[in-house]
Amino acid sequence: MGTLQLEVVTPDKTVVSAEVEMVVCPGVEGEFGVLPQHVSLLSALKIGDLRYRVNGKDENVFISGGFADVNNNVLSVLAESAELAGDIDTARAQAARERAEKRLTAHDESVDQTRAEAALQRAITRLQVAQLR
Amino acid sequence: MPSLKDVKMKIVGVGKTKQITKAMNMVASAKLRGAQARIERFRPYAAKYRQVLAELSRKVEGNAHPLLAEHEEKKNCAIVMITSDRGLCGSFNGNIISAALKLAEEKTRAGMQVSFTCVGRKGRDVARKSDYAVLTAYGDRMGSIDFPLASAVAQEVIHGYETLAFDEVWLVYGEFVSMGQQPPRALCLLPLKTPEAEEIAEEAGEARCEYVYEPHEEKLLAELLPRYVKVQVYRGLLDTSASEHAARMAAMDNATRNCNEMINMLTLLYNKTRQASITSELIDIVGGAEALNG
Repeated sequence: MGTLQLEVVTPDKTVVSAEVEMVVCPGVEGEFGVLPQHVSLLSALKIGDLRYRVNGKDENVFISGGFADVNNNVLSVLAESAELAGDIDTARAQAARERAEKRLTAHDESVDQTRAEAALQRAITRLQVAQLR
Repeated sequence: MPSLKDVKMKIVGVGKTKQITKAMNMVASAKLRGAQARIERFRPYAAKYRQVLAELSRKVEGNAHPLLAEHEEKKNCAIVMITSDRGLCGSFNGNIISAALKLAEEKTRAGMQVSFTCVGRKGRDVARKSDYAVLTAYGDRMGSIDFPLASAVAQEVIHGYETLAFDEVWLVYGEFVSMGQQPPRALCLLPLKTPEAEEIAEEAGEARCEYVYEPHEEKLLAELLPRYVKVQVYRGLLDTSASEHAARMAAMDNATRNCNEMINMLTLLYNKTRQASITSELIDIVGGAEALNG
């Protein structure tokens, strides 16, 4: 079986650029796998864990939502932030989680509920992905 | 004629100024390298984004999303002005500000109420003094620009556009063309103009085949468009930051050269003054000797 090119890019850098055997993306309508020679696809991604396989070994990347674009055997993932499981700062994610939880339980009018929820979701997912390394 | 000591002190003073301008030049060039690297890293993201959006917008109707729709009645216009926080970079900030004010005047003449959102202290100071309203100002952030900042700025104008508080949003920033060229640029942020698919296809040099969309096109577009605004604001921030450093480098280079020129002139003056004083002393001595002999 062949390989496909995976590119994970954020506004600040290219996080992953590699020939991989398989990718599993956290799509908004459920996870989906991408194998080589996949049909052209454009999908929105939610906050989650993107898995890819290189030489039979699985790697995990945290994605804070974004888009996946498959075309000509190239899968490009555009995310506002993305981190390899090994690069996640767990202490920071833990702090972010506590901060978000505090905000949500405070029942303060000025707190933007949706934003706080998203922040909590990101922190929890980051921690989950970090544990996979 | 100035005294010898005065000239000496002036030479020392100019020499110190030269040291400072030279140091600032070097700092600016180091920062410019960093800013340019960031632009380089951002480029693949922006290019891919344009491509994806162009492909998608070809599939859906023109006014499928509130951010694409032109408002029929145009009453309010917001201008996002990005300048630097610090001066000493030649006419860079002045150019951006005058471009923004010109645009504001144009819009006022067209019967619109103009308000400003400023990033960077220089622009903020001018906008506050002007007759236009300042909605939000982000000062002292140009040193630490990141995507969340662009996000915050963009979110504000998007919200304004969706709630019909603004009917037009413009972005004014310093485009980074080259080391010697940083012209101010005004870009219409909202209503969004999506990049033309044909244009992109030409750039890519290949025809793209049929796509599978998940979720369906309209929903996807609703997710993509607000982010595209953020991407553009972020690009404005990055460009302005690189331009600022390039402009400062050029300005400081000029200043250093002027210092050198001034030091040369002053040294000449110093030598002339010294010679004049020696001559007059000699005349005194010779005159005195003549008087004794006489």
